[in-house]
Amino acid sequence: MNLTRRETLALGLGATALALLPIRASAAADDQIAAFTGGADIGTGDITLTAPEIAENGNTVPVAVNAPGAAAIMLLATGNPNPAVGTFNFGPLAGSHSVSTRIRLAGTQDVLAIARMPDGSFIQASATVKVTIGGCGG
Amino acid sequence: MTKITKMVSVLALTALASAPALADPDDNSLTINGEIEIVTETAAPAHMENVDTIYSGWRFRMAGTQVMEEDDFDNPGMIWVEKAAADWETVDGTRGESCQSCHGVVEESMKGVRAVYPKWNEAAGEVRTLEMQVNDCRHTRMGAEKWKYSGGDMTNMVALISSVSRGMPVNVAIDGPVQSTWEQGKELYYTRTGQLELSCANCHEDSYGMMIRADHLSQGQINGFPTYRLKNTKLNGVHARFKGCVRDTRAETFNPGSSEFVALELYVASRGNGLSVEGPSVRN
Amino acid sequence: MASGVKPRVKVPKSATAGETITIKTLISHKMESGQRKDGDGNVIPRSIINRFTCDFNGENVVDVTMEPAISTNPYFQFEATVPAAGEFTFTWYDDDGDVYTDSKSIAVN
Repeated sequence: MNLTRRETLALGLGATALALLPIRASAAADDQIAAFTGGADIGTGDITLTAPEIAENGNTVPVAVNAPGAAAIMLLATGNPNPAVGTFNFGPLAGSHSVSTRIRLAGTQDVLAIARMPDGSFIQASATVKVTIGGCGG
Repeated sequence: MTKITKMVSVLALTALASAPALADPDDNSLTINGEIEIVTETAAPAHMENVDTIYSGWRFRMAGTQVMEEDDFDNPGMIWVEKAAADWETVDGTRGESCQSCHGVVEESMKGVRAVYPKWNEAAGEVRTLEMQVNDCRHTRMGAEKWKYSGGDMTNMVALISSVSRGMPVNVAIDGPVQSTWEQGKELYYTRTGQLELSCANCHEDSYGMMIRADHLSQGQINGFPTYRLKNTKLNGVHARFKGCVRDTRAETFNPGSSEFVALELYVASRGNGLSVEGPSVRN
Repeated sequence: MASGVKPRVKVPKSATAGETITIKTLISHKMESGQRKDGDGNVIPRSIINRFTCDFNGENVVDVTMEPAISTNPYFQFEATVPAAGEFTFTWYDDDGDVYTDSKSIAVN
């Protein structure tokens, strides 16, 4: 069919704008991870990070993290200008080592959760969250 | 091919590029606090010629967003409803009265009110939105300053008044003294405007269910307003949203409280007749 | 003083001794990240709640260091063990020095 200028523009905008290109993890993330772990190795283990595959809106993304037995969990948005999201330290009366919260993601990226176990070891989990440009810009 | 169909197929082609083109509203059902049943899908009212079934905007949102509305604690909008509840009891104005002085307990006196607004006010001889009525009460009966139409205080109060009607069917009148205003609203709804030459209908009637970039287009119902938008993390009123939508078509937009938006609100509200009052809802 | 900051907490009214309960907390706060610019192009300075704690009868349940990536109107859901009846205290620390608190009692049956 014969496309008008408007239609071509809409096609072009649509094709490229459906998902932001993934943001690579920054050096800042590495520094913050090192500060938390003291440079120790991070392994895998019983830690679950729950995040949506696609964020409805990057401004408010619900995430949950659970690491049974953990002393503390650090959450990082590796693609954010400042990757640190928060550190959850569990006290003696914590009923479980899990937290749900809502975070800001600047673009499509990997969200990382690192748990420090009572014996000084570290385990991690990550999830990729697509952050998109929505609608008509409104 | 008509212009509308062409635009729709362009949108569809665009979406097909990397995402499902047609993503119909999901099948989830909404109950708030385990007790308020919300009707999110019902037969379209008779005056709608091109639509068979109407859906609340809740049905077009992702699961994580939907869940936030199921519990009044998880719903951030409710924190401002609480603020409005405090305002309800606060004396304001030269007459030394609060809303409560005349209206008593909000859950009782305001139950059912949201469901029938905008509506005709006989004494004033005009169609009134809730905001207009609140300001009239404040100004005329309380001797208090009017609130900014789309400001925080007003939006919070409208959210409070909406919240006590949740679960009740939207039921705005479209005939009688409101008819000419309703017709004006309908015409606005179907008129293309702006650089993008889009009418409300192009997206919300012709293309609901499709993806516009990464947004799941809804029918543009307002039964859930005021709504807490994840995008700006605050409660948004109907006229504020209309203003944004019109601006997004790159048209000169109208102002909150304008007669054009009052007419449009009446018409759009009537497109939701039968859905439950849901405000304050949670949307993207 | 950051204006309009209001906390809300949801704690069950009662529990059995030793039970694990779910707590939800929300506080209305802008959480200005320090990434935004105003109309003139100047960076709007960071102004967030940087720490949240929950204690029960003086013992810590959770202590959260918060960064700008926590969304506006910070929300946390977590679990606590209830050894006996008592009071949960919740504290939020603002960058500007303000401290916001809330508390909820819980009975044990």
